[in-house]
Amino acid sequence: MSKSSKYNGDDIWKNNVEKINSELFTLTYGSVVAQLCRDFNNNYHEVNNQLDKMGYNIGLRLIEEFLAKTGVRRCQTFRETSEIISKIGFKIFLNIVPTIENWSSDNKTCSLILPEPNPLTEFVELPITTDSKISKELWYSQILCGVLRGALQMVQLDVDVNFVKDVLRGDDRTEIRLKLNKVLKDEIPAGED
Amino acid sequence: MKVYSIYILNKAGGLIYQNDVNPGLNRLSANDYLVLAGTLHGVHAIAAKVTPTINGKEVATNEYPNNQNAILLASGKLQDSNSNKSGLQSIETDLFNLYIFQTLTGIKFILITSPNPVVHNLQQINREVANKGELNKQYAQANEIFKHLYIIYSDYVMKDPFYSLDMPIKSSLFDTKVKEIV
Repeated sequence: MSKSSKYNGDDIWKNNVEKINSELFTLTYGSVVAQLCRDFNNNYHEVNNQLDKMGYNIGLRLIEEFLAKTGVRRCQTFRETSEIISKIGFKIFLNIVPTIENWSSDNKTCSLILPEPNPLTEFVELPITTDSKISKELWYSQILCGVLRGALQMVQLDVDVNFVKDVLRGDDRTEIRLKLNKVLKDEIPAGED
Repeated sequence: MKVYSIYILNKAGGLIYQNDVNPGLNRLSANDYLVLAGTLHGVHAIAAKVTPTINGKEVATNEYPNNQNAILLASGKLQDSNSNKSGLQSIETDLFNLYIFQTLTGIKFILITSPNPVVHNLQQINREVANKGELNKQYAQANEIFKHLYIIYSDYVMKDPFYSLDMPIKSSLFDTKVKEIV
């Protein structure tokens, strides 16, 4: 165990994953969102849907890289799952470690608080003066919800993921809500536990 | 150890990739490969059912510790991603060995390799010990190949935007990478 590691996914993040210029990433994502807003005539609900769908398709595939490069095993509790998502998942792909809060009493619902700056929104300012509904309707980073939903589905977890707060909209923090619907026990591959 | 052939099965047991990386095995018809894949998938699942347990609980071994996630969180280091704990893991014969690796998402990687080397010059008593060492060595080598195979699969198959999930892999780039690791 390396004492110098600040976060748990540090070693993998440093040695095992490809890195790109974060501005390239931020700007590419920004142009995708802006283009979607134009394509759908500022129908932000539809933009949220599209981003979520794109994320979902990414998540279905990204999970393999996540498992191949970390060796995570099936989690026994949803608390464990959330810890892995935050300390390993977000760490190795975005180099941030969200905090986990607001557990419901049945341990099936929790919140991920994204630390600022959110790598997706570094240069973003919503045009509230020209379009006031944007800050009420658009979830700019919605793609993250889709990624989480897709990736968790591939490991047989049916989870609802959605934003409840976003600093971009003027909220005090950026918060993603995770809700475990059920574990798809029948689909767990034979040969595990 | 020489790797003869690599198969990849999707989570339903369908063969999505087959590559004879080194000559040594007889060719089968395309249909027979599918049957072989399906059979291995079934036998693997049956093996998982008949694996012995103690008081209804499975036994943790060094290879498959129960607290691997905790180890990962504490060390931050890459762990073994094989989740094939109680299913069919290997078949060893005088003519070939077969190893099965399964991911958490249910994809199986299968390697067919040359058999364990026979040790001739040792005395009868040492023979078993020597063979066992060699056997473990080959098992470890196979695991090492699986690790790399899974990583290039996650890179060159899953990140190909035109690849549809669970369908046969027809990527020459992936073929090249597979050849590089064996």
